[in-house]
Amino acid sequence: MKRFFIALTFFASLILIWHLLVKTGIWSPVLLPGPGAVGEYMGVALQDGSLLSASWVTIKRLLAGYLIGCLIGLPLGLMTARSQTLNDTLGVLALGLQTLPSVCWVPLALIWFGQTESAMLFVVIMGTLWSVLISVDNGVRNLPPIYTRAALTMGSSGFHTLRHVILPASMPYVISGMKQGWAFAWRSLMAAEIYVTLLTGYGLGHLLHFGRELNAMDQVAAVMIVIVVIGLLADKVLFSPWERFLHRRWGLNG
Amino acid sequence: MQDELNAPPAKLHIDGVSKSFTSKRGKVLALESATLTVDEGEFVCLVGPSGCGKSTLLNLVAGLEAPDTGSVMMDGKRVTGPGSERMVMFQEHALFPWLDVLGNVMFGLKLKPGLNDKERAEVAHYYLKLVGLERVMRASIHELSGGMRQRVALARALAPNPRVLLMDEPFAALDAMTREQLYADIQRINEARQRTVLFVTHNVREAVCLGNRVILFSPNPGRIREQFVVDLPRPRDINDPALAGLAGEITRALKGHTRVQSAE
Repeated sequence: MKRFFIALTFFASLILIWHLLVKTGIWSPVLLPGPGAVGEYMGVALQDGSLLSASWVTIKRLLAGYLIGCLIGLPLGLMTARSQTLNDTLGVLALGLQTLPSVCWVPLALIWFGQTESAMLFVVIMGTLWSVLISVDNGVRNLPPIYTRAALTMGSSGFHTLRHVILPASMPYVISGMKQGWAFAWRSLMAAEIYVTLLTGYGLGHLLHFGRELNAMDQVAAVMIVIVVIGLLADKVLFSPWERFLHRRWGLNG
Repeated sequence: MQDELNAPPAKLHIDGVSKSFTSKRGKVLALESATLTVDEGEFVCLVGPSGCGKSTLLNLVAGLEAPDTGSVMMDGKRVTGPGSERMVMFQEHALFPWLDVLGNVMFGLKLKPGLNDKERAEVAHYYLKLVGLERVMRASIHELSGGMRQRVALARALAPNPRVLLMDEPFAALDAMTREQLYADIQRINEARQRTVLFVTHNVREAVCLGNRVILFSPNPGRIREQFVVDLPRPRDINDPALAGLAGEITRALKGHTRVQSAE
């Protein structure tokens, strides 16, 4: 509770400072709207549903691409860790593509898929896939061999070892890789949405883009705040429980 | 449940076993034609300096490695791979950090057919109680001290009721006080649940304290050199003068073998 109040005080002071800075009148309100104006926009946008629907569109795209990316990356990472040949081929490719900023996939996605949902999905998958693959590979590769040896002597083998020893043992790596994958997916989706207008659904990136086109700084600021809040919530909802588990079991600082 | 706790210990027969490994410096003969018979319920300690093949022999009996020549037989059946009738306790505890204490002890039990979950839980509780850790069964591994971890590892190895227990320097990383406590525990537990035990150590006193027999190895290549029967009454105290006397005798023999080796 004490921590909550400290955080609350911190953010309240931040808004207060922002308000006071705007009050001084050094900057034009067109360039720097106050918290009141941003709040007002948020209220209106929440009421007419545009903010919620845009958030929902974005989250749907993100979750779909992220899940597919994880589902492909996890088994591929297991395979590259176990096979030298796959590691020399697919592993190197993954490492290379992981260093490619995922926004670089956008032009390619547009040419291949046109201005469609598939293009968005593709960009998000590419943002997720490689970092998940690489961290799973790392996790399995750095596994102390004694775990699988101990499991062998207890009668575990094959799929049982994979499911009950190798995967849980590499969990610290897998979780941090999935978290990185999430961050990459989130960034690449925002870039794609700002870059590409889709008629099938306006996401938060589009809202941000329109804000700029209309010179509506209150909209730009409000959408940015929403993006930050969604990122924070995702972290707390998706990853915090796992990190608490890691911390409790491994004694790691998650 | 009763049957599960009372399977008889096994007899081991190791016959002319050799094993070599390929390292960067070429082929290393880790173990050369080792022959050893271990009786049912016997506690045999394998002693020698590092590189003498004692851990290799243990891994061969565990089925984690296959011998180049010779054979390892358990009750007349050839050992071809790992199996839960031969449990291993490693030098590092090798406990699974993603499971709590009870989960670790349950791991091997869950792989044992013919038990229902209730019986498995009963067995796990029995062994955790035997090693004195019943009250921390929900703790995470990283919260335990080194000695407690090795106790959990012991409970985990004993729980599926192996007929042979293979211990690879299980106490090497512990402090002297903790070790002494564990010597007493091991003897007490082995009294209650007798197994055939192969115990690898480089600590001669530890070997004399625990073993019915002490087998001496020498390195380069790893060979069995000599054996000593330990006839001291149990429970034994590691600080007992008679025990220390025998340990001194074995240490002198060990030094003799090592010197002969280095003169060659």
